[in-house]
Amino acid sequence: MDLLVPHKRSPPQPYTNPYLAGIGIGVALLAAFVLVGRGLGASGAFNSGIAWLVSGVAPDYARANRFLAGYLSEDSHPLKAWLVFEVAGVFAGALISGLLAHRVAASVERGPRISIAGRLALAFVGGVLMAFGAAFARGCTSGQALTGGSLLNLGSWIFMLSIFAGGYAVAWIVRREWR
Amino acid sequence: MIAPLGKLGYFGDETSLVIALVIGIGFGFFLERAGFGSAKKLVAQFYLRDLAVFKVMFSAIVTAMLGVTYLAWAGILDLSLVYLVPTYWIPQLFGGLILGVGFVVGGYCPGTSIASAATGRIDGIVYVLGFAAGTLGFAVMSPVFDGLLQAGDLGPTTLPQALGVGHGLVVFAVVAVAIAGFAGASWIERTMAARDAVAPK
Repeated sequence: MDLLVPHKRSPPQPYTNPYLAGIGIGVALLAAFVLVGRGLGASGAFNSGIAWLVSGVAPDYARANRFLAGYLSEDSHPLKAWLVFEVAGVFAGALISGLLAHRVAASVERGPRISIAGRLALAFVGGVLMAFGAAFARGCTSGQALTGGSLLNLGSWIFMLSIFAGGYAVAWIVRREWR
Repeated sequence: MIAPLGKLGYFGDETSLVIALVIGIGFGFFLERAGFGSAKKLVAQFYLRDLAVFKVMFSAIVTAMLGVTYLAWAGILDLSLVYLVPTYWIPQLFGGLILGVGFVVGGYCPGTSIASAATGRIDGIVYVLGFAAGTLGFAVMSPVFDGLLQAGDLGPTTLPQALGVGHGLVVFAVVAVAIAGFAGASWIERTMAARDAVAPK
């Protein structure tokens, strides 16, 4: 575990060329299309996780809720879902890459003008907003923009353009968080 | 047609879960390689300092798009068996705007937040908790949103179908736009770097 001991850690390596990393992600996506006939995702795994939690606490409510019921089945565990396993892989793959490049360290990503507490509060708020956005759009940047984008899915391209529009519209307002 | 293998009965559900894990490892590995475990790297896209989000996203889209297109033309992949999320343009437009705002405020999207949490970012872990809380909140409120969720239902629709042109033409257009976009993105990065060198901001 030398990699996790700060004074023994080598400096972080530079990031990979964006086009090479993009081709790597594209090959993973293509493998998903060819092997299982579906793309990548992330928000769907959260939906499965929440459906599982709610069904444990209030099973009748979970079955009656249309959104949650879509992630529940009578004869199978809610976490035995393709995206849950894929997201577990994302965690492992990112950890492997981070360890190899000496980039695993406890830290808070923020600009010079915001407190740690402020940044963490905004990270939470952003997560809540994104959960609503992804639920409305039936997918997130992975499941809709990336996957649907490469399949030339009409809704995915509408979604992708509006992500960039929403991001650029608000960037100036929240600039103190980052710059 | 021999693909998608799983849908043509070459292996069962248990095997597909193992494949999910392996493909996820590849996805997570390259997300982290790109620097997408870092919120500062990701949001720099929206301050025009580092357009890696655009470059990575579009090189991934072009790679997978050319792959499925050639495999379908070669008669190897049956594209009609690859799941296409149905288009509901109104909630997808609205959801995208909220997601874009959440991206800049939160610093991550759901997939990259997993990569950030895996590499020790506390803000990434808090984002994951926020996303989970938001998912629960949406589920509870979902009956209220039912009308909006079903609005603008066009069914599974592709861009070539919507535009009434051939698949190949749209593929060519996306590649052309991506290449022009890559050049434009690098030009923007150089311009902003030169501006920052004069008056650091």
